[in-house]
Amino acid sequence: MTLTRETISDRLSAAGYIADRDIATALWLMEFLKRPLLLEGEAGVGKTEVAKALAAVHEAELIRLQCYEGLDQHAALYEWNYQRQLLAIKTREGTGENADAIEEHIFSERYLLERPLLAAIRRQQPPVLLIDEVDRADEEFEAFLLELLSDFQVSIPELGTIRAVSIPRVLLTSNGTRELSDALRRRCLYHYVDFPDVDREARIILARLPGIDTGLAVQIARMVAAVRKEDLRKIPGVAETLDWAATLAGLQVHDLRQEPEAVHETMMCLIKTHEDRARLTREVAERLLGKVA
Amino acid sequence: MVAAPRDNPDPIGAAAARQLADFARTLRDNGFRIGLGETRDALAILASSVATRTSSLKPALRSLFCATHSDWEKFDEIFEAFWRRRGMRRAQTLGGTAESAASRRRNAATSRATSGLPDHVKRFEDIGDAAGGRGRREGASSAENIVAADLRHITDPDDIARANALAARLARSMRARLVRREQVRRRGRRLDLRRTIHRNVSHGGTPIDLAWRRRKIKPLRLVVLLDASGSMNLYTAFFVRFLHGVVDAFREAEAFVFHTRLAHVSASLRDRDVTRAVDRLGLMAQGIGGGTRIGDSLATFNRWHARRLINSRTAVMIVSDGYDTGEPERLGAEMRRLRQRCRRIIWLNPLIGWRDYSPQARGMQAALPYVDLFAPAHNLESLAALEPYLARI
Repeated sequence: MTLTRETISDRLSAAGYIADRDIATALWLMEFLKRPLLLEGEAGVGKTEVAKALAAVHEAELIRLQCYEGLDQHAALYEWNYQRQLLAIKTREGTGENADAIEEHIFSERYLLERPLLAAIRRQQPPVLLIDEVDRADEEFEAFLLELLSDFQVSIPELGTIRAVSIPRVLLTSNGTRELSDALRRRCLYHYVDFPDVDREARIILARLPGIDTGLAVQIARMVAAVRKEDLRKIPGVAETLDWAATLAGLQVHDLRQEPEAVHETMMCLIKTHEDRARLTREVAERLLGKVA
Repeated sequence: MVAAPRDNPDPIGAAAARQLADFARTLRDNGFRIGLGETRDALAILASSVATRTSSLKPALRSLFCATHSDWEKFDEIFEAFWRRRGMRRAQTLGGTAESAASRRRNAATSRATSGLPDHVKRFEDIGDAAGGRGRREGASSAENIVAADLRHITDPDDIARANALAARLARSMRARLVRREQVRRRGRRLDLRRTIHRNVSHGGTPIDLAWRRRKIKPLRLVVLLDASGSMNLYTAFFVRFLHGVVDAFREAEAFVFHTRLAHVSASLRDRDVTRAVDRLGLMAQGIGGGTRIGDSLATFNRWHARRLINSRTAVMIVSDGYDTGEPERLGAEMRRLRQRCRRIIWLNPLIGWRDYSPQARGMQAALPYVDLFAPAHNLESLAALEPYLARI
């Protein structure tokens, strides 16, 4: 049964994910068209959070495959448990079984190690499969992924073809470190995740740090939005905002305008490189503060 | 395209389906890659509950039709322009009563027959141009081609052939570099247990026939940034040919041309016909006589292209005389950023070939600390001398 868009939207907020208006539609569409969803956006905009929220919406298990350069089928799909296989071969050596029987035995389910992709298609309840930072994997892996995403079956030479028991909901994320293939893009729905606007970011702060002052949360969100507009090398993400908000709350700051010192000193929660730090001087910080507060 | 409405005409009516097909075509004209599958899915969306409100229909279609961030940014504008003029509401209610739908279908058919050309061509030209122009801003646009300088008098066929052959040779010598990914080989550093066991089942599991893994070789990627400013104009024509050879010979190569700003020209250079490819780089004409802003151009590159194009096995080749009209500090900072990203920076400077030249230009001074190889490039011989170095990268 597919959920309506409104239900998804409601459940997202129930799960603590403050959604922008369109992401609920994208998630609904994913369900409706049975297509994977590709999320792109800068680092730190909360792409991975979407997957967690989606799992909560459907009360499904979240299976995550983190991609990296050199990721191959053995790490992503399945692997044989060689140590046990060797052991099994040794223990059967004396029994006089023929080679075929041994082969059959050691290439059975017992010796198969499930990796995320295989796990995702063998669950009874469709899980949410998050393929994180797919742009970090090699092109070859992408091609393999494409095959899996269109057929939802895997052939293991020693075992035969394994069909999906249930079709997982697939989310892919990309930071754009490499151009993804057209074929993969075509296969997927697309959603560009942007930094949250001030209002949404303030609501995120309030949701994550319930004790915080509403006024302060808005001020922080505005300040972060202003900082993001500066020409920085590393633009602070939502996680950084939350760190900063928690720090300020911990320091008992109630109004950013009153305590520019504290603002400047805690800025390292937002600014993570020396270069940006040098750029965001006390004067710049105060100018921004003057604008937002 | 015509097939899609015919496949599934019932739920929403043929006219709406046709409008959708037109919309898909408009998007395609704007550089979207949309296939039959997408159109069919869009019909399904139009027949579903989200189609009742524009606020939910737009994001749904956007997620479906967009494939890249640049699509994403263009979509809203095209959507608004298309459906607002076409009458969004009409499209939705068409499926309502069978009679009206049928009559409208007839109307649509007749109007189409009489008008001959699909009207969207004329109507959306302006939108297409606006959006297309924006998308192309980073590339060599056709508008710039018109003012192309006549570079043909330098197209001595022998020179071209030699430049291309040299580029191909350089490409061959530097295309290999080790990556982390391993592959199975007869000889290697590590035992591949998986294959070894599989191969030796017939020996009762005693590993006799061993399989090894070895690191795989992957081609080097080359990004060339060519200075096409006035001070370089004696050389640009030749280097454009070289650039063409590089783009042709490397599996992964990207080419940029800059003077006061940066243009991504790989696409124009992929033309097999050298003369035409060079002519298409009309942009260069604008550079001649203008100043060079190497720092700004590099900043543009670092900001918009570097992340996508540069990885740990990328060599960046800058061809420039280093006469920068911008601030040297900026150039230095951008060079440092670039250096952190890529594997090697090679700076080819045609002036080195001149006698008694020393890199005095302030821009050159600022950039030098980040350059791995600073080499002359005033003739084919000097380029050929690069080969042993490139092979070692």
